[in-house]
Amino acid sequence: MKQFGYTILEDRSIDIDRNDQRIREFLSLNDPSINACIGCGSCTATCTAGHFVDFNIRRVHTFLRRGEAHLLKEEIQKCMFCGKCQLICPRGVNMRNLIISINSAIERMG
Amino acid sequence: MINFNLFILPFFLGLIYLIVVVARSWYQWIKALPPIDKVKLASGLRNPKQIVTILYEIFMEGLIHRRMWKRNPLMGYMHMTFALGWFLLIVMGNLESRIYSGTHLNAPYYPIFLKFFIHDKLVLFFETYTVPAFFRFMMDFLLLFILSGLALAIIKRQYSKWFGIKRSPEHHFTDTIALICLWLIFPLRLFAESYTAGFFDGGGSFMTQPLGNFLVRITPIPADYMAYILWWAYSLALGLFFIMLPYSRYMHIPSELLLIIFRRCNIQPKKWFSSFSDVELHSCSRCGICIDTCQLNEAGITNSQAVYFIRAMRDQFVREEIALNCMLCGRCQEACPVKIKTDSLRLIKRREFSASHVSRFSYLEDGTPLQREVVYFAGCMSHLIPSVTNAMTGILSKAGISYVFLDKDRSVCCGRPLILDGKNKQANELVEFNKLLIRQTRAKLFVTSCPICYRVFREEYNLPIHIQHHSQFLLDLVKTGKIPLQSSLKRVVYHDPCDLGRGCEVYDAPRELLGKIAELVPNEEEKQNALCCGGSLAILSSSQQQRDIVTKEALKILLKDEPDILATACPLCKKTFAKQSKVKVMDLAELIHASIPIPVNAI
Repeated sequence: MKQFGYTILEDRSIDIDRNDQRIREFLSLNDPSINACIGCGSCTATCTAGHFVDFNIRRVHTFLRRGEAHLLKEEIQKCMFCGKCQLICPRGVNMRNLIISINSAIERMG
Repeated sequence: MINFNLFILPFFLGLIYLIVVVARSWYQWIKALPPIDKVKLASGLRNPKQIVTILYEIFMEGLIHRRMWKRNPLMGYMHMTFALGWFLLIVMGNLESRIYSGTHLNAPYYPIFLKFFIHDKLVLFFETYTVPAFFRFMMDFLLLFILSGLALAIIKRQYSKWFGIKRSPEHHFTDTIALICLWLIFPLRLFAESYTAGFFDGGGSFMTQPLGNFLVRITPIPADYMAYILWWAYSLALGLFFIMLPYSRYMHIPSELLLIIFRRCNIQPKKWFSSFSDVELHSCSRCGICIDTCQLNEAGITNSQAVYFIRAMRDQFVREEIALNCMLCGRCQEACPVKIKTDSLRLIKRREFSASHVSRFSYLEDGTPLQREVVYFAGCMSHLIPSVTNAMTGILSKAGISYVFLDKDRSVCCGRPLILDGKNKQANELVEFNKLLIRQTRAKLFVTSCPICYRVFREEYNLPIHIQHHSQFLLDLVKTGKIPLQSSLKRVVYHDPCDLGRGCEVYDAPRELLGKIAELVPNEEEKQNALCCGGSLAILSSSQQQRDIVTKEALKILLKDEPDILATACPLCKKTFAKQSKVKVMDLAELIHASIPIPVNAI
């Protein structure tokens, strides 16, 4: 590619070789509601923890879809489980169960 | 005459086995109690008054089955015949046997098989005025009493709807064997006694004697052979039942006795799995009353009800899904005839499942809240419904109260949602954070709009200030005349939020408050039996669609009398109902705020 003068920006690309879909597959089996997400961002707008710290459930979804499992672990530790996101979600995504399942999935993968 | 025959062996060995196993369980449970509970138990058992209350409760619950009667009279009668009937049969049999043995100490099998050994032909069956005949009459009567219960039990298995039972629990193999043995015991006894009485032409009473005479006439094989076979079968059924008892649901019989003693000695359930919890698990008779009260049935979830969860926990094999699929609304706990704290047991299991989960709340920064008399804490859910917080702040300022709105801009969760997921350690971080904030306000009164918060503030925070839900607070304001109210002619039905009602037993304050401003319509499922709105934070693995069904069914019952307004005192209930309700759903605070006729300045 280089000879054509293109450069690859690391943070703008999705590396298919490193794309780890295992968590997403585990979640899809465990709680299919995750697939209903349309990325509207209502969850993030209402998030209790999000008022204090840079925490974004929509971004968690993005990480999941991109298979960036290594970024998930730290992110979900900020969640307070208050459930506002779940109540506000127009698609009925089981947000709290999702965070718990991500935790379980990470544990299983070691 | 030597009162012994080989056929008593199955019964005798079974009985010894049962006594050994039960004694070992009791010993282990008592031994595993924390030292403080052991002291409570010892001092409780030394107090004669306490012993009387324990014996009374054992009689009322263990034998009469009072709570079962209240719940369902037919079920109550059925359980009473087996428990009280069998108990009296043992007592009577024992007394009867003493007439013939002339001693106080008999071999334990002697009263059980008395009719095989003794054929008292001197008294005719219709005579009841001599002592032996009285006993004979009583023994037949009690057997008939038990058989009437057995008939009900058999009918119930086939036509449970006649008993008002929609769903019965599905039993395990061991339970089925124990059940068959139990059902066989009494008919076998009847036939064994009848054949013996018929063969010897005497020794029976109003039931066994005529039946025996009839049976002897129609049976082709000799009656003494027939009787002997039946005595063997009777003994085998008893023995097998005793051996199966510790591994089946019938273990609830000895366990419940200990549970009553524990409770009466003021031994409390713990947050972790303790011997109290183990006794609770074994005290579940799997009667299935919890199944019918569970609203999840409507949503097609039929494997996680309390009876199945407790069985799985007793078998030490709980699937995570079963532990998580529960709204923790507490309806089953209210209905349980043994009063097993099913919610606490489920939380214990959830804690085990989420033990390794990590949360970090180090990002929370301490603030410096204003110092006021009253703290108002809306709670996360109330922030989703600004009309509730607006109504509350409106009322507070109209009543002229100096308050601080603690979570106005940046609310921190109270910690209960984490506790419901079994993450107590993480919840504790939030609890400590909030505690510090509240202490800094130096307030004397803490008011919250959310029953979920209210419960955790009461149970976990140990704050030195008075904690009120806004329904109680508003009632106080109205009673002290700080806010005048104008009554309307609207018909209002009140929905008890689970955490406020069953959780904190606040039933009357909201009703009294509503009574002042509108006509309160009663509902068939209210107070302790109130329905869950379906929005519970405690249920994790069910889908939104399933929860919506629960809401829909709850609304059907709540709105049966076509009220003008559906009132509730919980922002989560309001939000959940509002999605589907055709009738306007309002929080108490909103209703009160709307009923204040003119702005009142500080009094």
